[in-house]
Amino acid sequence: MAPDCEFLLATDADGRSTLALSGVLTIASVGPLDHALRREKPQFSHLDITGLGEVDTAGAWLVWRLARDAGAQVTGASEKAERLISAVKCCSGDAPIAPPRAPPLVRFVETVGLVMIGLWRGSGSILAFLGALVSALGMVIRHPSRIRWTALVRQTELVGVDALAIVGLMSFLVGVVIAQQGAVQLQQFGAEIYTVNLTGRISLRELGVLMTAIMVAGRSGSAFAAQIGTMKLTEEIDAMRTIGVSPMEALVLPRVMAAVLMMPLLGLYSALIAILGGATISAFTLGIPFFNFLARIQEVVPLIDLWVGLIKGPVFGLIVAMTGCYQGMQVKGSSEEVGLRTTQAVVQAIFAVIVIDAFFAVFFSEVGWM
Amino acid sequence: MSEFAIRIEGLENRFGDHAVHQDLNLDVRRGEIIGVVGGSGTGKSVLMRSIIGLQTPSHGRIEVLGHEIGTPRGEGEADIRSRWGVLFQGGALFSTLTVAENVEVPLKEFYPDMDPELRHEIARYKVSLTGLPDSAAAKYPSELSGGMRKRAGLARALALDPELLFLDEPTAGLDPIGAAAFDNLTRELHETLGLTVFLITHDLDTLHEICDRVAVLADKRVIAVGTIPELMASDHPWIHEYFGGPRGRSALMSREGEAAKEHGLDSPNPAKA
Repeated sequence: MAPDCEFLLATDADGRSTLALSGVLTIASVGPLDHALRREKPQFSHLDITGLGEVDTAGAWLVWRLARDAGAQVTGASEKAERLISAVKCCSGDAPIAPPRAPPLVRFVETVGLVMIGLWRGSGSILAFLGALVSALGMVIRHPSRIRWTALVRQTELVGVDALAIVGLMSFLVGVVIAQQGAVQLQQFGAEIYTVNLTGRISLRELGVLMTAIMVAGRSGSAFAAQIGTMKLTEEIDAMRTIGVSPMEALVLPRVMAAVLMMPLLGLYSALIAILGGATISAFTLGIPFFNFLARIQEVVPLIDLWVGLIKGPVFGLIVAMTGCYQGMQVKGSSEEVGLRTTQAVVQAIFAVIVIDAFFAVFFSEVGWM
Repeated sequence: MSEFAIRIEGLENRFGDHAVHQDLNLDVRRGEIIGVVGGSGTGKSVLMRSIIGLQTPSHGRIEVLGHEIGTPRGEGEADIRSRWGVLFQGGALFSTLTVAENVEVPLKEFYPDMDPELRHEIARYKVSLTGLPDSAAAKYPSELSGGMRKRAGLARALALDPELLFLDEPTAGLDPIGAAAFDNLTRELHETLGLTVFLITHDLDTLHEICDRVAVLADKRVIAVGTIPELMASDHPWIHEYFGGPRGRSALMSREGEAAKEHGLDSPNPAKA
């Protein structure tokens, strides 16, 4: 139990009212005393603290504030109490403790405005980033010796090779689901043999590369943003610039090139594994032998589907890598920003990939690549 | 009440095969400012973390304000964490709260029944007690300079009127004027509030200015504790080089120059005073 502080209000013969405090007045006991005094609102002209034992700054503050608000005189202060009171009374004590907040409606309008301005500026700076990327690419094409082969190979490994296991597992399961669910529906028309067409075409054309892009955005896009963002915070990027190394060439280009090179390969790999998944489930549930399924794929899937997938791959790779690197380069200030930017990199990359995929779908239909 | 604020006996800290401390003993007296020095990697911060219970030692016994760290709280005993304040190296302010709200965090934690108005008042005077302008109370840590952030961290460390204050390199990264002002502040608070201060520092000026005693960490233990003149008389090579090196000498010289001025004497070497 915390030690207590008690108060006593007395009026003497001259009509002088005195509030006497006694006990221990420290941070542990100011709360209850303050509560009681706020409730009673005593009027007094003298504040007697002779009876106080231990006092700390919180107690001294309360004594001083009581005296100030009542216009009372403090009497009987010990040497320590006096010292503490003079230490705390220097501050005026009505400064706001949090910045002022506008009313909700104003804040809503303000936020919408800020988001719009952010979008406008953001699209400007992402264009500038694309421009810088193209000029860096032009530079290394004119001087091929400036390509950072080590970094490129390393990033290729991180983006492509290291993703094989997880992309493979995901694609196999997606293939299983497409074939199995497709078969259930097609069976109603006695057309379960078309499961092969469904699995083969949708994997090669759409799902292989799309799912892979989402996976790469989560694995590598986020890593790019976090790595580059952290390097920005620790001033490594500034150090590079002062030494004369372009961060565009050294950091961004190898990552973007690795993603552009690896995405079509990963997409193709994903589609093939998805077909294997479909073939496996068909062998078990539809009674289509495994190799018959694969042979039939060859007959029913036009070559154009392969090209559609392969064309989309590098575009998706570019979007994912560029968003990651761009968000990383935008980091400034605190480590909190790194987390924020990494999230944005993933969300924006996936969003952009799906939007572009929709455009591709319409475009390829219009040009007759069915 | 015991004479010592902190008693460390036979402390040992190991990280894998690597022992940072071995058989380390240190007593800190109540009401003194003790400076802890030592080369990089001698475990000054690990020592502080062991004392405040963030690091569980492999062996040894640590007693702070009569409470043994690592044992449950006794009946009727106040939480030991409400009786000390810690200033971390970077300030370690909560970045989503304003300075005043940072100061209120320990108040809310330990005294949840306190009237919000009184809590705001306490936060405000703590902020101005550490020499920050009133307007700083409503600012976020990211809006403050390094020196102001340290002061804000100090305000939070002082929120509960602790008996014991831990400062981890309080003047590191401050300009000389800011560092001297921070030293003065520490000294003033120590005198006004009667604090015991445990101070880790590399700053020779701070050591000369405000420390009553200095503990030297080397060879995995505290090799010497004493006032600076006592330590300078020691013949341990590291201590000798630390206080007798060019930086140590100039800090001493500026201190002597000031002392001479205070006594109305001519400085022994005006150029360096």
